[in-house]
Amino acid sequence: MIRLESLTKVFDTQKGAVVAADHIDMEVPEGEICVLLGPSGCGKTTTLKMINRIVKPTSGKVFINGDDTTGLDTQTLRRNIGYVIQQIGLFPNMTIEENITIVPKLLGWDKTKYKARAREMMAMIALEPDAFLKRFPSELSGGQQQRIGVARALAADPPVMLMDEPFGAIDPINRAVIQDEFLKMQQDLNKTIMFVSHDIDEAIKMGDRVAVFREGKLVQYSTPDDLLAAPKNAFVESFLGEDRALKRLNLVKVREIVTDEIGTVIPSDTLESALAKIDDYGYQNAILMVNERKQPAGIINRSIARTTKGYCRDHFQAVPAVVDLDDDLRKAASLMFAHDQTWLPCVDKEGTVCGQITQRAMTSHLGARYRARQGDDRKPSAAIKE
Amino acid sequence: MPIRSIKGALKVLVLVAIFFAGVWSQSSGVIDEFIWYLPDVQYLMVQHIWLTAMSGSLAIIVAIPLGVLLSRPSMARVAESLMQVLNVGTTIPTLAVLALSMSFLGIGVLPAVFGLFVATLLPITRNTYAGLKGVNPALMEAAAGIGMSPMQRLFKVELPNALYVIFAGMRTALTINVGTVPLAFLIGAGGLGELIFTGIDLYDPVMMLSGAIPTALLAIVVDALIATIAFLIVPRGVNPGRA
Repeated sequence: MIRLESLTKVFDTQKGAVVAADHIDMEVPEGEICVLLGPSGCGKTTTLKMINRIVKPTSGKVFINGDDTTGLDTQTLRRNIGYVIQQIGLFPNMTIEENITIVPKLLGWDKTKYKARAREMMAMIALEPDAFLKRFPSELSGGQQQRIGVARALAADPPVMLMDEPFGAIDPINRAVIQDEFLKMQQDLNKTIMFVSHDIDEAIKMGDRVAVFREGKLVQYSTPDDLLAAPKNAFVESFLGEDRALKRLNLVKVREIVTDEIGTVIPSDTLESALAKIDDYGYQNAILMVNERKQPAGIINRSIARTTKGYCRDHFQAVPAVVDLDDDLRKAASLMFAHDQTWLPCVDKEGTVCGQITQRAMTSHLGARYRARQGDDRKPSAAIKE
Repeated sequence: MPIRSIKGALKVLVLVAIFFAGVWSQSSGVIDEFIWYLPDVQYLMVQHIWLTAMSGSLAIIVAIPLGVLLSRPSMARVAESLMQVLNVGTTIPTLAVLALSMSFLGIGVLPAVFGLFVATLLPITRNTYAGLKGVNPALMEAAAGIGMSPMQRLFKVELPNALYVIFAGMRTALTINVGTVPLAFLIGAGGLGELIFTGIDLYDPVMMLSGAIPTALLAIVVDALIATIAFLIVPRGVNPGRA
């Protein structure tokens, strides 16, 4: 857990005092990733760096796991906080192994323990230990280097990590891969993480919570979904962008808005009974056909069912697309657009049909929060903390 | 093809020229004259090497800590102005430095070593300072953020990363030092300058060359020696020679 209490930084410049961070109060619960988001010069990096005293706070306190860090010696404090920076900062004079084991060595681990730890870390970031440990940073690609940077920060197993735009210097394709890997690692590691970013998409993807900064002040601190659904003011709204409703598609899983009820036919049904089912369920143009294991097998078109006689097994068309319960709405929407469908069958892990998702359900789910807010403009969202 | 044949022809020409130079020097007795100076060259060369070794090692011992000291953040305010003072120091000709140190310390080895030490000090200090200041700030931030103490940062991150530049400074400084030692003869410290200056005074080119050629060779050897040490000592990851 990280708690900031009235943390303030005032820089003395030639043009007078500049308040880089103004009485920041916030708390990151244990095991969560908090993304500090905002335009450059908004104080997000200053706030992050005050936690490990790279920037010395003017006033205010930092608590880690409930303990006030004010009295703690700077080096002890830093050795217990993982730190990843955008420029990666691997030491070019040391091998990968030396880079990873540097904090364990500073903490006085014995040789067999830190050597084993280096191999463990390499396995965690999915790089072959024998191939990489004896190499130097300059021999690695940018993405590999930043993986090592993360491994170095995690090597001594600190409870808290600070990451300053860690994936900012990596190309978009590798960035997405490394973000996914990191999220997967975090599921097991359960670290409390502060993460600076200026990229709204990254913030939504990585953050359990997002803190939006502007001119040294914390403007809004809420979950990504709340942030997108209920931006607190015009600045947050413009920073999130006009397509913010679409960004929410990333955050909602199919599971949350799937309707269990789906009419299906089996191959041995007649087309007449299929037509009757289509009308019963009120479907506009087609019904799903499933096989004996309840897996999607085909689509019976209403026009065919009406004009033709025979069995479903002889007159079906291929299923255009299915979505998994754990897919996000972005994928569902994309498949719907690509195949010109207004609904898609949903399957579970075994591939069994377990419901359907419709465009109507998606739009009403995404719109619900906006409508609620427009109806009651004065009421602040419960999730927003000042 | 024509370029290749021109090159080939040049090579042959150079070989022929060397051959005739050899024949001429043999027949005119120049080689015998050189051989006649050999004992002198040996004796003076030892003196020469001593002067370089003493003034050079003294300069290294003082210059590197000085450069480190000037590069510390707490020295940031005075460092640049101090470097300027040292820069002005190098614009004074070495001969003048030797003359000055002679007027304080008399004649002999002591003022010579002192003068050479002063002349060698600056390039090493300058490169140590510049090398340490040139270490990527991101590395320094990472080192601090990881929890290294200032001393650990200096020895594990800053110095290893600046080492190549520091060695470059030592190469320049010591090569210049070897080339400057002949001047020390003028204040009575011996060295190969004895053959060079006496050769000039007596209008004896062979005598002068038997001082000048070993001096030049010595400078080349010192340069190669330091380059080799740098190659072996500078960590592989930051060593352009071993990349």
